Amino acid sequence: MAQTTFEEISAADFFYRNRDIAGFTNPSRAIFVAVRELVENSLDAAESHRIPPDVYVRLSYEGEASKDTQIYKLRVEDNGIGVPPRHVPSAFGQILFGSKYKLKQQRGTFGLGGKMAILYGQITTHQPATIISSTGISKTYIYKLMIDIQKNRPLIIDRKVLINKDMWRGTIVEFTLEGDYFRAMPKILDYFKQTAMVNPYANLTFVDPKGRLYKFTRITKEMPEPPKETLPHPYGVDVELLQRLIQITQYRNMNEFLRYHFHRVGEITARKFLEFSNISPSKNPKKLSHEEIVRLMHMLKRYREFLPPDASCLSPLGEDLLRAGILKELKPEFVAVHQRKPATYAGHPFVIEAGIAYGGEIPKKGAFLVYRFANRIPLLYDEANDVSLRVITAMNWRRYKVMPDMPVAILVHICSTKVPYKTVGKEFIADRPEVRREIANGLREVARQIQHFMSKREHVDRERKRLGVFSKYLPKIAQFSMQLAGKEKPPDVEKLLASVKKYGEEEA
Amino acid sequence: MMERRKEVLKSLQNLGGRFYDQMDKGNFPSIDMPSRSTDNIMYDEQLRQFILGERRVKRSARNIRHVKPFTQLVWGALFSNELSSQRKTSTLRDVYYSAQAYEMTFKDQQESNNIITDLETILGFSREDFSIFPEERSAVFGDLTIEYTVPGYEGKTLDLTSHPDGVLIGPALTSSEFVKTSADKVIAIEKGGLFTRFIEENVHRKFNSILVLTAGQAPRATRHFIRRLNEELNLPVFVFTDGDPWGMHIAMVIISGSANAAHLRELNTPDAKWSGVWATDIVNYKLPTDPLDEMDMKRLYELQKDPRYKDPLWRREIKTFMKIKKKAEQEAFSRYGLTYIVDEYLPTKLEETK
Repeated sequence: MAQTTFEEISAADFFYRNRDIAGFTNPSRAIFVAVRELVENSLDAAESHRIPPDVYVRLSYEGEASKDTQIYKLRVEDNGIGVPPRHVPSAFGQILFGSKYKLKQQRGTFGLGGKMAILYGQITTHQPATIISSTGISKTYIYKLMIDIQKNRPLIIDRKVLINKDMWRGTIVEFTLEGDYFRAMPKILDYFKQTAMVNPYANLTFVDPKGRLYKFTRITKEMPEPPKETLPHPYGVDVELLQRLIQITQYRNMNEFLRYHFHRVGEITARKFLEFSNISPSKNPKKLSHEEIVRLMHMLKRYREFLPPDASCLSPLGEDLLRAGILKELKPEFVAVHQRKPATYAGHPFVIEAGIAYGGEIPKKGAFLVYRFANRIPLLYDEANDVSLRVITAMNWRRYKVMPDMPVAILVHICSTKVPYKTVGKEFIADRPEVRREIANGLREVARQIQHFMSKREHVDRERKRLGVFSKYLPKIAQFSMQLAGKEKPPDVEKLLASVKKYGEEEA
Repeated sequence: MMERRKEVLKSLQNLGGRFYDQMDKGNFPSIDMPSRSTDNIMYDEQLRQFILGERRVKRSARNIRHVKPFTQLVWGALFSNELSSQRKTSTLRDVYYSAQAYEMTFKDQQESNNIITDLETILGFSREDFSIFPEERSAVFGDLTIEYTVPGYEGKTLDLTSHPDGVLIGPALTSSEFVKTSADKVIAIEKGGLFTRFIEENVHRKFNSILVLTAGQAPRATRHFIRRLNEELNLPVFVFTDGDPWGMHIAMVIISGSANAAHLRELNTPDAKWSGVWATDIVNYKLPTDPLDEMDMKRLYELQKDPRYKDPLWRREIKTFMKIKKKAEQEAFSRYGLTYIVDEYLPTKLEETK
């Protein structure tokens, strides 16, 4: 048997070597991802305590890096809950694998927050990151940090404590990184616009390297219900998760293990399930062999009696906020939104929200504008492969009086504890039948609403045209007849016009 | 001719008066007229031409789809009235452009043509009566003296042999009076080349005839002119065309009129004769030929079903064309020398179709 040597590497080292996975594939993508990760952290920091977020982002030019790339300084400020001083070094200077034993809808695509961005900045520019934070107490802490990549530990370069007279609360992250802003610019601006669309309660400010200011102002302080943490549902577990749970559990028998670590499992359900799968209720979970764990996973998936997960762990935007966001950012003539009831795929709950908007400032492109969101994050890449696009393409829009050459925007938002991304890039949603069906139903509902609007508009339009035709031609007929008959003055057509109008209103 | 002009003016003004009164009484102006749809066009054995049936259509300014064409119709009437009272003439193309001065637009030439046809149908006069003429291209040559009635030429006479290219059959000639002729027949010819040959060969003198160039399918003014020659001067009419289905039909339209003009009378000459080139001539004279193509054959099948083609002569010729699958132009006789057609063919055929 061949000998294989395993080299243990630190988490930071792992991401250093595999930064493509986190999205830092090239200088333009890297700068986009860095902005996105930090903005999302900031939004989460405010939202988790129902604070309407104020996020300020500034990119400033620091110098040339190479022919195609430049050095930028990225600064992101928020009014979130702040980071307690003792947590600052590890929160920003140590990369941890996520240890999720509880689930709720989260923004971060990796649970790594901005740490990857900071790491990327350090790799490319060898400069420390500055973190300023206060939880709203009388002191503000300023740290200058670097990451020891091999040991995966924060190196504190400098630390200062300031008096926080104004009781400011929030976090400021500032670091330098290499990137290609001008190539990334369209995506970054799209990102802000679309983020503003699904976060209408947030103030977003962005100052770009040329000093241009982009401001997205909140129109409401209403915020969606924050998600509750929930246990994993039995249908959604894998061997890895089971092993981790077994490692940390304090329960010494299977019945309690199931009841206290899984969603929708009570005493009776646990008992029945153990009977069904022929496992002794008194068995100590820590004594399960690897084969038994694999079998447990299969049995969990096979047992039909578990209730579907509830959706309290999800935080969809809600129809009112979605409508407000679309109206604010797209300024359409018409908008329709719809929130589907929660559904599940493979044990993971999800909610689809759909919207459609027409006219106003929406541009005509010759194709529908499609906005895709997952857990309130805009998805900006790989549109063509997304299940939403497949659903949209498969729909018979003519039936709904909507054509691709009209100024129409379509929005699909999926909220889930586990968004079914297709690839590691996490930019588009996989074509799962349950998800596809929900998207299709959501879109059909908003399509019906726009059809209604279109019919009414068509009618009003037709009526206006109709009246236009009569008021254009009747006076001419009067004029020509008068001349032809050799009369002095034209006959009065006002009465005829009025009768046409009355007739028109009856029709409407 | 003057009487007819007054009648036309009167009917145009009456039409305006009718609409004026309707509107003055608070009603939407409307008019009804015979339908010109194909199922209302039928062949009248007695008149020996197409006529419109009983079905009528109503045009009303109350109807959203009618209001624009209705306005165009009233404008058309007004425009014709102005032309006729000022004794000016115009063409269909003119109508199309003149409308723009009145902020009346026609989508295309076809739309404005349709309006003029509506006016013809309503009033029972043809567009030439409204002083609207087609583009002229046909001509006449022969011993006929006419007297003009157009302004500036009233009373002036012209001998139609005075120009060796022939005289254009335009508004002035159409509205002229016939004064005298020594001719005893009319020969209508499809093509300009042969018309010129006939003049050069003195056909008008040798055969005592008035020569009319139809230049392809004869315009209405020319068809009306031929009818007048036949009716007013009592001259028999002989039509010479190419030996193909299209030439055959040029003769037929002169004789029996067209479906397009089913709403009009006095455009056809029922007693005119088609003298050639027949399919049987192609065989008998061993003319150089071209094969009939797909379009030609299709046309023959159509003609076979046409009620105008029921006489034995026509049926025989259609059959012969179908059998030999060949066609010949009038110029084909040149294979026997340039004068052969005048010296040999023409006298034979005139005699044969007398």
